[in-house]
Amino acid sequence: MTAIRTEHLTHTYSPNTPFQKVAVEDVSIAIEEGEYVGVIGHTGSGKSTLIQHLNGLLAPTSGKVFIGEEDLWADKAKLRSFRFAVGLVFQYPEYQLFGETVYSDIAFGPTNMGLTPDEVDSRVRQAARFVGLTEEKLQKSPFELSGGQKRRVAIAGVLAMDPRVLILDEPTAGLDPKGRDKILGEIREYHQEKKNTILLVSHSMEDIAKNATMALVMNQARLFCYDRVEEVFGRGEELSRMGLAVPQVSRVFLSLAKRGIPIDPRVYTVEAARDEIIRCVKEGRQGK
Amino acid sequence: MDTIMEATKVSFSYDEAPEAPLVLDDISLTVRQGEFLAVLGHNGSGKSTLAKHFNAILLPQKGRVVVGGMDTADEEKLYDIRQTVGMVFQNPDNQIVATIVEEDVAFALENMGVPPAEIRRRVDDALRSVGMYEYREHAPHQLSGGQKQRIAIAGIIAMRPRCIVLDEPTAMLDPRGRAEVMKTLRELNREHGITIALITHYMDEAAQCDRVVVVDRGKLLMDGLPREVFSRVEELKAVGLDVPQVTELMHSLRRAGLPVREDIITEEECAEELCRLLGKGGTA
Repeated sequence: MTAIRTEHLTHTYSPNTPFQKVAVEDVSIAIEEGEYVGVIGHTGSGKSTLIQHLNGLLAPTSGKVFIGEEDLWADKAKLRSFRFAVGLVFQYPEYQLFGETVYSDIAFGPTNMGLTPDEVDSRVRQAARFVGLTEEKLQKSPFELSGGQKRRVAIAGVLAMDPRVLILDEPTAGLDPKGRDKILGEIREYHQEKKNTILLVSHSMEDIAKNATMALVMNQARLFCYDRVEEVFGRGEELSRMGLAVPQVSRVFLSLAKRGIPIDPRVYTVEAARDEIIRCVKEGRQGK
Repeated sequence: MDTIMEATKVSFSYDEAPEAPLVLDDISLTVRQGEFLAVLGHNGSGKSTLAKHFNAILLPQKGRVVVGGMDTADEEKLYDIRQTVGMVFQNPDNQIVATIVEEDVAFALENMGVPPAEIRRRVDDALRSVGMYEYREHAPHQLSGGQKQRIAIAGIIAMRPRCIVLDEPTAMLDPRGRAEVMKTLRELNREHGITIALITHYMDEAAQCDRVVVVDRGKLLMDGLPREVFSRVEELKAVGLDVPQVTELMHSLRRAGLPVREDIITEEECAEELCRLLGKGGTA
């Protein structure tokens, strides 16, 4: 079943002004339920504009957006329910915290959904568990927490609404490697347990390689491709030309393949690269 | 080379209670004029706190910081210190003050009393060097995070400081923006002799610097050439840091028993070494 679909989606900022800019142009895409999609594209490629259409924060200039089978903009009275169905975690979400306690901040979304206090409570605790926030932290002011913890609170606030589709816009920006791996690990566990659809916007191909099953690449306001991760990373040279950071090992392997070494250039993680080198060494020995 | 920034036995805590944890713990660091230095450390290691000591945003509670021969504790020298060491922060939204890009870049120069014609020249130069010249008449809020950060860097470059300290300036940039900022920093360093101290979480950026220091728990844990520091893979991982992918690949191949060099930090070296290993002699 399709979780989200766009049909010829186009968005123009500041139309009929000197600053007119087509940010998304004729994008048609269908994302199946349960996929973990990495969204890639350099600054200005239109990826942020695209994802803001997926829960109705922006309205298309032309074209349509469907959540499941329903047209997002067919009935404005339903817009609110679509915003609960598609949860969006913005960049640097820690700047959006406002609750007096971590608990009340996470509870804000589910309370607005009209859930009973018991349901809200269980949602808050479950969301807190997903992002590794302890019981003791729930009673603190969010402003007493570290940057990484604040970001977890903000993510938990969206998880607590139990969205069918979760969109995260660069959730690891500004974190150190340990904090980055921790948040991505938590999102991965959440995905495995909930089996919902996830869109992860990231500049880090390494992060997408390690987590996503599908990759969506935006380039100059258009959809460049939407395909399985290994297929997309196999087009390393095209991605490099777009200004995207192909993983270091992919670039090394591409250059080895060009020099005539019989190696599979479609690796993008250190582990896969190591295994491929070991395989090559073994085959070389057998050949001698 | 002359010393441009020197921290001597500096201790600092954000909480003044005597038993409060020290963010900087008796740390000493000397940066020489013309160096391109990377500072690594996980969040909370004290690296940003150290950076803020270099242009007197913070003052040491113990020890001493000297910048271009001036003690940062000397209040009368504050303007001179800030003009000697410019600082760029992670979030550009907190650094932009004007409603037009070129006015933002000119802001400090106007305050410094630079003549208008000179301001015009410096602003244009600074905007060109960060690749934002064509946006000079735009409003900053219409720009992306990466573009805004380049404006913030231009604002510092326009002051022509001897040293720039950057606290994760590329954290919000895309790969192209990161590459442009790194190229700009390298040019400022090589062609104008500006000392660069770059705090970063990107190991490939650190690998391009002349020297890497690692800060952990308010102390200096490592200090050396990128090649020396990154070859200590296990130690770096133990303090929550990464190494470049190519270094990690070599490390894991060695652990699998293959005879490869471990001090590799660039893609070219890695490709050469793998060619040698796979029997192609590194040429062709």
